[in-house]
Amino acid sequence: MTTSLVSLEGISRVYHLGRNEVHALRGVDLTIEPGEMVAIMGSSGSGKSTLMNLLGCLDSPTTGEYRLDGVRVNDLGKNDLADLRNQKLGFVFQGFNLLARTSALDNVELPMLYDRSNRFADSKGLAAQALARVGLADRFDHQPSELSGGQQQRVAIARALVMQPRLLLADEPTGNLDSRTSIDILALFQELNDQGITIVLVTHEADVARYVRRRVEVRDGRIIRDDAVLERRRAADDLALMPAGGAA
Amino acid sequence: MNLATLVKVATQSILRHKLRMALTMLGIVIGVAAVLIMIAVGQGAQTRIAEQIKNLGTNLIVITAGTSNSGGVSQGAGTFNRLTEDDATKIKREATLLAGVSPVVFAPTQAITASGNWRTVVNGVSTDYQVIRDWTTQSGVFFNDADVRTARKVAVIGSTIAKNLYAGTDPVGQQIQLRNVPFTIIGVLNSKGQTAGGADQDDVVVIPYTTAKTRLSGRSGGWSRISQILASTNSASDLPAAQEEIRAIMRESHKLGDDAYDDFTIRNQDELADAAQGTTKVMSWLLAAIASISLLVGGIGIMNIMLVSVTERTREIGIRLAIGARQSDVMTQFLIESVVISSLGGVIGIVIGAAGSLVLGQITGWSTAIPLSAVVIAVGFSAAVGVFFGLYPARQASRLDPIQALRYE
Repeated sequence: MTTSLVSLEGISRVYHLGRNEVHALRGVDLTIEPGEMVAIMGSSGSGKSTLMNLLGCLDSPTTGEYRLDGVRVNDLGKNDLADLRNQKLGFVFQGFNLLARTSALDNVELPMLYDRSNRFADSKGLAAQALARVGLADRFDHQPSELSGGQQQRVAIARALVMQPRLLLADEPTGNLDSRTSIDILALFQELNDQGITIVLVTHEADVARYVRRRVEVRDGRIIRDDAVLERRRAADDLALMPAGGAA
Repeated sequence: MNLATLVKVATQSILRHKLRMALTMLGIVIGVAAVLIMIAVGQGAQTRIAEQIKNLGTNLIVITAGTSNSGGVSQGAGTFNRLTEDDATKIKREATLLAGVSPVVFAPTQAITASGNWRTVVNGVSTDYQVIRDWTTQSGVFFNDADVRTARKVAVIGSTIAKNLYAGTDPVGQQIQLRNVPFTIIGVLNSKGQTAGGADQDDVVVIPYTTAKTRLSGRSGGWSRISQILASTNSASDLPAAQEEIRAIMRESHKLGDDAYDDFTIRNQDELADAAQGTTKVMSWLLAAIASISLLVGGIGIMNIMLVSVTERTREIGIRLAIGARQSDVMTQFLIESVVISSLGGVIGIVIGAAGSLVLGQITGWSTAIPLSAVVIAVGFSAAVGVFFGLYPARQASRLDPIQALRYE
């Protein structure tokens, strides 16, 4: 168990909204091994966003134990959580969440500005490498407003990758994209996963789950299904079959 | 995140909102410039007044006729003129600390020359007057003791008279009629300019007091009396002692009993200077205080914009927190932003303030130099304004919950 990248044991999360107690998660157990590509599925209100926030060290569980890469997250203070997010996690959001009026390169460089381990000597160079890795080698100076949705999400993925995280967390990464661009981005995720990066996708779209290795379904704060994807599709192949013309 | 990076990040976000930040900065710019200009004006006024007082003469003591007291009822200054030539002579003879003593008789007179006439004031004085007033001649000479002793009809004129009655020519050796008595001009005094009160010190004719008494008296009869006695000491530190000495001599000369009030008044220019300096100092502090209110208003403007900025950039803060910024990183970033705005505003304010006081100096002719201390205080104060008014918004920013901040639309 200790070798697992993510280990959740008996996790519950209770919110207090006025006098009401909202049980967002009710005893969740989940382990994710290095190299996996997992989709966490569920409808709105199922608790998948809460699970995502807990995995991302943005929130703490009410009960239960969370270990990330061997570190017991429950015991950590705010500064340690911030450092953990910085060093071990990469975030990709539905709304891209890039800094406006800031070049792609500066956006990707951002996590390195908060790095306290001083392991990056040439932050500009590494940011450029990360951008090249997601296929945006020619867009360094572009601001988000000058990029298409797919390109913006690629910048966000480059920003998530630049710190060489243990886990890439993507919250509805294709929610704001058209179907062709969605598959394009999923192809990128598959490519990164093939290179050994562990990825967790949170989504409510069943289509997205066809491209991952493992599917975890959440409903009413509990995991109701957790199985491997048998007929896993390659996004790159699907993309080749689609009619050309959609914006990349 | 080191300081250089923080400043860079802060500068970047300031540059993202150029117009807004420029307007925010304007409050500080105006505040600092106003404070500096007010301080410069105050300093200029003080310097100006000090110069004017120095122009009156060095370490001047003025003795004027004081109050007469009839039956316990004070009649007010100058009501009974008890200053006489003897008083001046006695002071001159007995006082030990004085550089010079001169009786002064004033008489407004129409001065007539071949080319025109001019209303002026004739001062009848002794030769010590030149020492007391520290007044040199630009041409010719001042009259000497022999002129005073023999009551010769010689006159020394001020530069205003020379300009108006002898334009283009040297008045020395020419005639001037004072109350129908012809005088020979033997000297022209250097210009002293205006007094603090605006009176022209150069609009004057100076003659021996003996001549004034013998030649010009008759019509009014007031000439035998002395308007005032002027004296001076060699150093300012002697002034209090010299004043006491004069007072003792005057009381003896006037045969005043132990319980009688002085029937004369002794003032020195230090008192005059202190009063004038005090007034301008209060004025300049008052002006600077009013100006610093605009600095305060500028600070509130910064706080307002920073609060707006925090709300508007909630998502940005969420992103930064999600990718690993600590609360202190966010707080420092916003604090540095407000300090950069206010300090930059302060620097621009200093430039404008310096330029403004330079222009003002050109217009008024005052020496409106800004003291270095004022510049240092202005920069320090504007940075402090940035910290003070930036602290609350920065705290608000750092305390945001990253989950909610990321969801903020």
